[in-house]
Amino acid sequence: MKTTTVQSRRLVAVAALAGLALSGCATTNNPRDPLEGLNRGVFTFNDTVDKYALKPVATAYKNVLPSFVQTGVHNFFGNLTDAWSAVNNLLQGKGEAGVQDITRFTINSTFGIAGLIDIAGPAGLPKHNEDLGQTLGYWGVPSGPFLVLPLLGPSTLRDTAALPGDWYGDIWTHKTPVNVRNIGTGVKAIDTRASLLDASDLVEGAALDRYAFIRDGFLQRRESQVRDGGSQSAAASSSGRLDMKAAYGEDADTSAAPAAGAPVPLTPPAESTPATPAPVSK
Amino acid sequence: MKPIATLIATVSFAFATHALAAAPVGNEAPDVLVKRISADVLDTAKSDKDIQAGDRQKIIGLVQTKILPFVDTDKMTALAAGRFWRQATPAQQKRLSEEFRTLLVYTYSGALSQIKNDDKVEFKPLRADPADVDVEVRSQVNSSRGEPITLNYRLNKGPQGWKIFDINVLGAWLVETYKGNFSSEINKTGIDGLIAKLAERNKQLAGKPLAAPAN
Repeated sequence: MKTTTVQSRRLVAVAALAGLALSGCATTNNPRDPLEGLNRGVFTFNDTVDKYALKPVATAYKNVLPSFVQTGVHNFFGNLTDAWSAVNNLLQGKGEAGVQDITRFTINSTFGIAGLIDIAGPAGLPKHNEDLGQTLGYWGVPSGPFLVLPLLGPSTLRDTAALPGDWYGDIWTHKTPVNVRNIGTGVKAIDTRASLLDASDLVEGAALDRYAFIRDGFLQRRESQVRDGGSQSAAASSSGRLDMKAAYGEDADTSAAPAAGAPVPLTPPAESTPATPAPVSK
Repeated sequence: MKPIATLIATVSFAFATHALAAAPVGNEAPDVLVKRISADVLDTAKSDKDIQAGDRQKIIGLVQTKILPFVDTDKMTALAAGRFWRQATPAQQKRLSEEFRTLLVYTYSGALSQIKNDDKVEFKPLRADPADVDVEVRSQVNSSRGEPITLNYRLNKGPQGWKIFDINVLGAWLVETYKGNFSSEINKTGIDGLIAKLAERNKQLAGKPLAAPAN
């Protein structure tokens, strides 16, 4: 019967896709990236689109458009994100940051001429970049596996699930007429890519494996954003004392710099002799 | 009063000559050291026209003279290599460390040419115990272009004073970011394969001119 053939074809397709995805996992088993095979595929796709479409346009945009226009565009879209950031700050109970974002949005939308000029920033109101994914993370939702989204780039399961919320909270999503909205979305993408041109060039040279480099950098940054950990990492106390084991795990014990040609001693560094025994507890 | 004055003068003189004689060695607190290096590098980068224009040789020279003496690249390499470090022979460790250092100098020197005049660095206070051997120094770069950029350092107190062994930009630690790259390469082609790949990349980078900043 026809239905059975269609069903069985679907099953084969799903099995093939799963096999494709799982076969990719045979490379390295990164616990944070169980879908590595699939992700690498999407990453390559994004790369191709970037190389042939987005990057050339962004490069031209950066080189041709006068910088005050670029700043205006950047500020305009940045202003819209302040509104959603305010909501998320408040959802996380961060009253001061939330009020700062609201104030930023109000001042920049009015005196800053619809957000084209960022008056609030130089006036002392810092920009936060909260989104729904961070709010969920703040309330304990784990990030889940690493995901590369088509065209949108690196994300995590939690942040992807939060995307519809972020889209709804983005004022520009509700802009009518639709063609203006689409043009704006395109311009915003170009603006973002232009601001990342230097960083992407650096990654080109610095990374041996761009995918892994971007993944590992992204996951750290995302975690840091959720924790608002700009001021300290989880392994360090607020006074600045660093717990090497917490930061680097079992491999934290490295020897001192090896002399040229000399055998490398593997004993832990014993050069510091504090006058009083250092307290162990934080 | 006189003997004390003489004592103070002698001690200061001794300290001054010691500091002059051993230029890269700092007896200062780690955050003071980082602040000093940071200010020194920023001032040089901002005031030197060639560096602003992207002169590669000058930038690398700046990195080698003002930054590298305070960075423990061997420790950085060891941490990035993780458990593979102990499996490497001393010769491999030396080569790996050299190639990694070269890679870092080539790639991250480019970032220095992008420092603009209105970028200011703000340091968070460090209250670590003087007996602490491993510390984290936090700062952020405030520029007129967008949100502040987190820039944190991890330092270790060795026999030659405090040295940086890890750097965090925008939330990502350098060592952590390279761990995956290193381990997957070593798993595929061994430590020698990693060294070869780094060497090849360095050759590529040596031939590339540093791009001049847009503004």
